[in-house]
Amino acid sequence: MAFKIIASQCTQCGACEFECPSDAIELKGEKYVIDPDKCTECEGVYEAQQCASVCPMPKTCVPA
Amino acid sequence: MSAPIISLESLAKTTSSGQLLTSAKSGGCASSSCGLSSRPTHMDSATWEKIKDHPCFSEEAHHYFARMHVAVAPACNIQCNYCNRKYDCSNESRPGVVSEKLTPDQALRKVIAVANELPQLSVLGIAGPGDACYDWEKTRATFERVAREIPDIKLCISTNGLALPEHVDQLAELNISHVTITINMVDPAVGEKIYPWIFYRHRRYTGMDAAKILHERQMLGLEMLSERGILTKINSVMIPGVNDQHLIEVNKWVKERGAFLHNVMPLISDPAHGTCFGLTGQRGPNALELKALQDRLEGGAKLMRHCRQCRADAVGLLGTDRGQEFTLDHIPPELGYNSGKRRAYREVVARILDDHLAAKNQAMTTLASMSTRGSLQVAVATKGGGRINEHFGHAKEFQVYEASLTGIKFVGHRKIEPYCRGGWGEEGTLGGIIAALEGIDVVLCAKIGNCPKKQLMEAGIRATEAFGYDYIEAAISALYAAEHGIDPSQATA
Repeated sequence: MAFKIIASQCTQCGACEFECPSDAIELKGEKYVIDPDKCTECEGVYEAQQCASVCPMPKTCVPA
Repeated sequence: MSAPIISLESLAKTTSSGQLLTSAKSGGCASSSCGLSSRPTHMDSATWEKIKDHPCFSEEAHHYFARMHVAVAPACNIQCNYCNRKYDCSNESRPGVVSEKLTPDQALRKVIAVANELPQLSVLGIAGPGDACYDWEKTRATFERVAREIPDIKLCISTNGLALPEHVDQLAELNISHVTITINMVDPAVGEKIYPWIFYRHRRYTGMDAAKILHERQMLGLEMLSERGILTKINSVMIPGVNDQHLIEVNKWVKERGAFLHNVMPLISDPAHGTCFGLTGQRGPNALELKALQDRLEGGAKLMRHCRQCRADAVGLLGTDRGQEFTLDHIPPELGYNSGKRRAYREVVARILDDHLAAKNQAMTTLASMSTRGSLQVAVATKGGGRINEHFGHAKEFQVYEASLTGIKFVGHRKIEPYCRGGWGEEGTLGGIIAALEGIDVVLCAKIGNCPKKQLMEAGIRATEAFGYDYIEAAISALYAAEHGIDPSQATA
């Protein structure tokens, strides 16, 4: 149960990083990466996954 | 007016503040107008203090002062149909485009490097890509650091307004004196066609719900800024067939809520940019359509007409971009701020502004004393300082003025591909320049060759270097008088 970021489509705006309630997203080198151990898919906190809701690129934050 | 000409360009190139002051003094105080307040007659002094060196908020200031943007806040909370977040090109010059995203610390280094080199620098803005209020922590960190090092730099932000209300108090605390809000509609039914979605309070909203929330937050934010005396500029993107007529209503709403300036910008739309509007074939307005709308808005909120829709990382005077000279790889890691150049430049400009204003007032008086009718459209080649000081072949744009009995009005600018490349004229580009000069009667420049002059003439556009290095308004009033067979010395007597 986790989301992942399709790096080739990511604009690296970083919105997902600061919206993530689980602190699961960070910039590693040139890529934003979701830590699958920390990602909760926002369950119990928000009604929709924050990374996917704020991401400006369609289908870039998707279920892993 | 025969005021001494101080070349601002030569001042800007001087490397030491001592030299700069020497050149400044050589300009002297020969002008009889020394000691004026430099303030246009229609403005109260508190407002003038706020805008006198902000090139975007003051048409007068844009001849003398430069801005820089730092792209530190790339995250955005809305999607606009005219924006493509993936786009990045160093050859493009338009909002949202940026070559280098910066951390607040990198931004501080860059601001210091520019302030040391560019004496005209007066304003630091955060204007995209992304939203300065949404990506707030980076905006705040950048302004705090810069204000500590360069206390007199003016700070401003651009925002879509969605996250504005919750940050207004902090904006005031940070001493951010100028805020631009992009407002394209006051009717959510129009907004729906411009904004596919917004991200608000941890949810993505679409359609009418999105447009309604955005509209309410924009109006609230604007009212809150006005209450605190923070000057606001409203940017509206003119989208033919979508909101062009509606902008008359927008102008009314923002004026009622205290907006200082309204800037109507043409939609930039090209399929190659990959924006939604670009791909659906939505066209932007041409220069004459834009002017027609701006003329209809005259009498509402004060209009900005000198916007160049600059890049989100632009550096320099409006209409020029020196951003490529100040990328991080050009900046040493340890850099201290040296205030000398900026301070000396300000002293010089304070003096020149008085002189320029006197020349301008004289020109207006000359026009007012004439009893002829008709207007004259004049395109000017300038590189700043309020003078006709650019060669025709080097101009990247012309500034357009309209002279009539009511005065000399700045109308806008027309971007062009420079005619001269490496010393000779390019025949191909002249056609483009002539097309861009549609509706212009006379072109004023510092120098022009016989060949382009002749071809312009054949296209019905006169070009002259007769007023080279004169103040723009003084030249135009003399030209207008000559057009109507009046001796200006008689007219002002």
